[in-house]
Amino acid sequence: MVEIDCRGLSCPEPVIRTKKALKDNADGLDVIVDDRAARENVPRYAEAAGFKASVQEEGDGWRVKIRK
Amino acid sequence: MKEMGKDGGGYMADVRLTELVRSSGCNAKLPPGDLHDVLGSLPLASDPRLFGGYEKSDDACVYDLGDGRVLIETVDFFPPMVDDPFTFGEIAAANALSDIYAMGGSPDVALSLMCFPSCLDLSVMRSIMLGAMEKAKEAGCVIAGGHTISDREPKFGLSVTAIENKDSVWTNSGAMEGDCLVLTKRLGVGVMMTAHKGGETEATDAIESMRILNKRARDIARGLTVHAATDVTGFSLLGHAYEMADGSDATACISLSSLSFFPEAPELARFGFLPEGRYTNEDYLCDKVMFAPQVEKVYKDLLFSPETSGGLLLAMPEKDAALFIDEFGEPARVIGHIERKSGSRVIVSC
Repeated sequence: MVEIDCRGLSCPEPVIRTKKALKDNADGLDVIVDDRAARENVPRYAEAAGFKASVQEEGDGWRVKIRK
Repeated sequence: MKEMGKDGGGYMADVRLTELVRSSGCNAKLPPGDLHDVLGSLPLASDPRLFGGYEKSDDACVYDLGDGRVLIETVDFFPPMVDDPFTFGEIAAANALSDIYAMGGSPDVALSLMCFPSCLDLSVMRSIMLGAMEKAKEAGCVIAGGHTISDREPKFGLSVTAIENKDSVWTNSGAMEGDCLVLTKRLGVGVMMTAHKGGETEATDAIESMRILNKRARDIARGLTVHAATDVTGFSLLGHAYEMADGSDATACISLSSLSFFPEAPELARFGFLPEGRYTNEDYLCDKVMFAPQVEKVYKDLLFSPETSGGLLLAMPEKDAALFIDEFGEPARVIGHIERKSGSRVIVSC
């Protein structure tokens, strides 16, 4: 599964990068975030765009799993 | 006058102001919980000439001059949420001046606070100042000077002073049971500007709304009965309604169907264009606000999101609220009412 690293980025950048990456990865991808707003906003984007999203803790941040 | 930075030597060309900052507008406010923790730990200066002092969460401080008049003082500054420096100056000034209007005052004199990156052309600073001066002029207020420091991120704002009669000052703590709550601008600036930063919307309507002074709202309300007033900025509609309700020992009931949002805001919120302040505001407010079960997540997101240069929130008797709406027109709305204190300070119904 494709993974994009959005650590160190503040909103809306993680959402914008997720949006762009999903265009090339229609089956889904993982987004690594370390910002709390990104942890909330990236799943909101994924779900609004018709994907399923789940969040799990990983290191000092979170992995947002986005699936078709 | 010398042309500044015209040749661009060493300066960034075509810079986007919003790319230089991490957060912007009133979203850059420190989380309310953190701020209250610090203020609560300070030895409070008590001075009989100071109304309210730190313990009241009002928009500005009020200092008794002892001759029937008071000084109303406020300061507000933030990083840019728009790329055009003139517009940023206008918005920062309108936002700072608003704290005076929220106290029922008319701004008299202001000082500017400017943090400016050395990489930017000085013409950018000049445009920010010109924008602020334009708004100050519209407000009948003079910018008498200011202070400028070098900083990596640009920031701008004003410290504003008004002199008013002591008995004409509004506070955010006098709302009475049965009062209507009037809001004078649309909601959703924080969401619109987050999406704007990501290139998702022009946000023309939100930018125009931020530029508008709360002067007209204040002037119309002055002729009517106002029990409590505040302006809606970084702590969100719910945060500012909470402060009013708490200060008034009452409960604010807000009706979702009566609120006016920028048309794109709910959809942008649904797609996760939410400012960080939306989450820190909820941290502080979650045990103070009760939502009806039918209130959708997207509207909770919008109502917790910071506003910048938002409208006045006025608690007025029903007939005065109706007169206000008649004269002010759109986008002012009655958005709810004040009830006797109950379990939650703010209740949001559908």
